[in-house]
Amino acid sequence: MLIPHPLLGLRDAQEFTYLGDARLIDRPTGGNEAELAEYVYLRDNPAGVHRELWFHEQGDRSWLVVTRNTLTHEILGAELARDVSLARKGDMA
Amino acid sequence: MRFSGFRVFAEALTGHKGWKPLWRDPDPQAEYDVVIVGGGGHGLATAFYLAEVYGIRKVAVLEKGWLGSGNIGRNTTIIRSNYLLPGNQPFYEFSMKLWENLEQSINFNAMVSQRGILNLYHSDAQRDAYRRRGNAMHLTGAGAELLDQAGVRKMYPWLNFDNARFPIKGGLLQRRAGTARHDGVAWGYARAADLRGVDIIQNCEVTGLQIENGRILGVETSRGSIRARKVGVAVAGSTSRVMAQAGLRMPIESHVLQAFVSEGLKPAIDGVITFGAGHFYVSQSDKGGLVFGGDIDGYNSYAQRGNLPVVEDVIEGGMALMPRIGRARLLRSWGGVMDMSMDGSPIIDRTPVDGLYLNAGWCYGGFKATPASGYAFAHLLATDTPHETATAYRLDRFAKGRVIDEKGVGAQPNLH
Repeated sequence: MLIPHPLLGLRDAQEFTYLGDARLIDRPTGGNEAELAEYVYLRDNPAGVHRELWFHEQGDRSWLVVTRNTLTHEILGAELARDVSLARKGDMA
Repeated sequence: MRFSGFRVFAEALTGHKGWKPLWRDPDPQAEYDVVIVGGGGHGLATAFYLAEVYGIRKVAVLEKGWLGSGNIGRNTTIIRSNYLLPGNQPFYEFSMKLWENLEQSINFNAMVSQRGILNLYHSDAQRDAYRRRGNAMHLTGAGAELLDQAGVRKMYPWLNFDNARFPIKGGLLQRRAGTARHDGVAWGYARAADLRGVDIIQNCEVTGLQIENGRILGVETSRGSIRARKVGVAVAGSTSRVMAQAGLRMPIESHVLQAFVSEGLKPAIDGVITFGAGHFYVSQSDKGGLVFGGDIDGYNSYAQRGNLPVVEDVIEGGMALMPRIGRARLLRSWGGVMDMSMDGSPIIDRTPVDGLYLNAGWCYGGFKATPASGYAFAHLLATDTPHETATAYRLDRFAKGRVIDEKGVGAQPNLH
């Protein structure tokens, strides 16, 4: 799999470490135990389009949100997780 | 139709014209006592033990594809009970005992072969951990022997003992472990369940769960709706998809695990060898192919195929352990969808929906568990209480902080 890094172009997925569902960006901060357990353990795990976090460990050490189809391994796009997170905070403000 | 040596002999003399299909191909009835979603090893075993042990025979097994088309039809066939923790080891030893009598109880040749499994160690610390594991195994009667390097050399003199990074110092041997014919297990359970009145319905995909006031009423399928008092879900990699129909999120990620077979060779390896440090394990099938595998690819996947980097990684592990594997040619590889639970241990439990039961989270270790998983799931479905060997496999253990720390990893080695 080749990941289209927004800054570095196409990079081999082997350079990355996988973390999983991009929803993990939204870590609950309220101290609610049930919410935290849900955050840590439960996943949507869809068959199809999946937004997920990849860490460019062997590269520029940026976190990416990669959109990928779990049924075909087709990669549909990649953004810097930082941009995704900032945009979301902008939406909330 | 009973199988026996005499029967094989008689059929050989009469042109093999007397063999019949191993199970019926019934249309679904309107209602069942228990509907099992998923016609893989665990689902079929569940149906068999429901009928055989618990006397519940109005049972249907619904399979979206053909019988045994998932991970029971594509795995590396290893059976063993060499676990450590009290929540796990008695369950796997129960499974091992069921394997030992499987062929008699289902009257089918599943080619169960207790050829032994050897887990290699490479350091003093690993040896001590294996000594502890071996002692835990002895507590359940599983049997274990700790071999030093000379002991391993006697069994497999051709291993690479002097690998610079992982020199082989010895191994933990379970002689009762071995392999079984995976397809035969599915077919044998299917036939035995069918003979006891279970309807096995193939090409019947569950498209919805009928739930009213928090209680299951039945399932919607591609072949019409079926009412059921209880529904048991045993769908491995598709668990999240099916349970989403009940509005439940699962502590599971679906990952792809690849396995490989070489061309047929003369007898070369008479047991199972695992090289955990190098992410490689191997045995030899009765047809002669070396059957081996390694780690999951490491990303969510429902594709039933993996990518080349893991192929390279597994083969490198093989070359490091047994350089002579380099002379064999790879015949084929395949990928299965694994229901990776977040602590690496399974779930056999009720769910928040009354009458809906879950059997999932087998990660890459579901095959060896097939008999006990079926037995324990049948026990749960029949009695509403967990089987005595499966009390730790709770769905709510994650939220309650009672995760089973067998290996310390689930879907993600860097998590938990």
